Amino acid sequence: MTPTRSLWIRPLLGAVGLIVLFGAWEASIRLGWVPSGLLPAPSSLGPAWLEEVRSGAWLQAIRDSLTHYVMGLVIGSVLGMLTGLLCGTVPLLDGLLSGVVRVLRPIPGLAWVPFAILWFGLDTAGATFVIAISVFWINFYAAYGAVQAIDPDLYEVAASFGHGGFWARLRTVVIPASAPGVLAGLRTGLGQAWMSVVAAELFGVPGIGARMMQASSLLATDLVVVYMLTMALLYALTDTAFMLVRRRLLGWQG
Amino acid sequence: MNAVVTDTDDVVVRLENIGLSHDQGRSFILRHVDLEIRRGEFVAVLGPSGVGKSTLLRVIMGLVQPSEGTVSLHASPTAAHRPAAMVFQDAKLMPWRSVRRNVELGLEGLGLTRMQRRDRAMAALELVGLADTAERWPRQLSGGQRQRVGVARALTVEPDLLLMDEPFGALDAITRGALQDELLRIHARRHGTVLFVTHDLDEALILADRIIILEGHPAGLRGDFAVGPRPRDNTAPAMRAMAERMRRLIAGEPDPGADAAYWQASEI
Repeated sequence: MTPTRSLWIRPLLGAVGLIVLFGAWEASIRLGWVPSGLLPAPSSLGPAWLEEVRSGAWLQAIRDSLTHYVMGLVIGSVLGMLTGLLCGTVPLLDGLLSGVVRVLRPIPGLAWVPFAILWFGLDTAGATFVIAISVFWINFYAAYGAVQAIDPDLYEVAASFGHGGFWARLRTVVIPASAPGVLAGLRTGLGQAWMSVVAAELFGVPGIGARMMQASSLLATDLVVVYMLTMALLYALTDTAFMLVRRRLLGWQG
Repeated sequence: MNAVVTDTDDVVVRLENIGLSHDQGRSFILRHVDLEIRRGEFVAVLGPSGVGKSTLLRVIMGLVQPSEGTVSLHASPTAAHRPAAMVFQDAKLMPWRSVRRNVELGLEGLGLTRMQRRDRAMAALELVGLADTAERWPRQLSGGQRQRVGVARALTVEPDLLLMDEPFGALDAITRGALQDELLRIHARRHGTVLFVTHDLDEALILADRIIILEGHPAGLRGDFAVGPRPRDNTAPAMRAMAERMRRLIAGEPDPGADAAYWQASEI
């Protein structure tokens, strides 16, 4: 296969798969295999979406959720990365925090919801908190692992050429060498954060998750699916944007 | 970094009674090592694998602190240079830096402008014949090319002492031979001082003006040979006799040609 052909053949196949899925879905409802009350037909999604857009609810939900998403992601990722990098480079800190990490690590972000409500209330801060926690650990372990995996000889090379101090090592070796691992963690967090957005909002913080809860309590399954697809779209956009940035940063990996 | 003394003395590095122990003196890796290297000398440290040759190099570089004794490095008063630089086994380039930026590593922090760093790095790459690869990534180079970049990275800081830690050990025989020739050509042009670690007697005989033998537990200097002037015939009887003595010393056998375990070659 020529390189140019393989460039477009995969997206094309992906599109074909999607069309088949939606076609089969539509057919199964039209042919009466699935009762329409259980699953909305794809053809009903368009009108439901248009109505939601006209009322302004769709854009508002996206705006709210994006706010939670971006804030939780930024706070959780930055703190997770920094803690992971520092634990990986400073053995004393690593030792001190090892017990704390072992206790806190297994607690999922969602388990913190009661405290999120208690401390921050059912608003942006509460949702941000829950998202930040779930993203924190992903980034912490990605950064920590990336630093542990650095070839120790590179520290020796850096020291031989005048970059022996803590900050010089951080700048010339630790940060660039751990970048691929750190960015892989960031990308995982990018997806995880969307899951946490819905979960955090299911408790009543306004946004896509809350809107889905309202729709499902009214048995408006078409609206639930509209928001599911909305999230898929938002995830695809953030992930694509991230991969573009990553390619620029890690060109050396080829 | 070790004590760096600036003077006009002919000695570039002086080791006095160096000892290295990792267990507070219960056992030693190196013991009683005394060595002086003069400006312009090409010295090979020859010894069996794992004896402590690389460790000795790291002590001189200041990467490892000796438990006993002192290392004094006599740097020239030139600006924007480093007293010592090292060429590592397997090059050890930083994969996220372009070839040129790898060469610039040691120039950062010397108070040079970006353009000055670039010019010096390019001159060093020119010297090893790799100027056209300057903007490539290390992974795009062959093993031999990477090692030449390692040499350029060390040369560009204009070190008083160039330390080389079995730099050609991992290369195939043809590439190794080509790099040895190139190193000799560069050495003839720069008149730099080189300390070259190898476990390969033939390599030491090709490259060095002076060969010192490191052997034993703890390791110490067991011999110090001046190799004749170039061009050199390694098949001449005198050379073969000398090589045979080195071989015995490396193997830990008593040296029939010397009255003491450590001796100074009469040629020096």
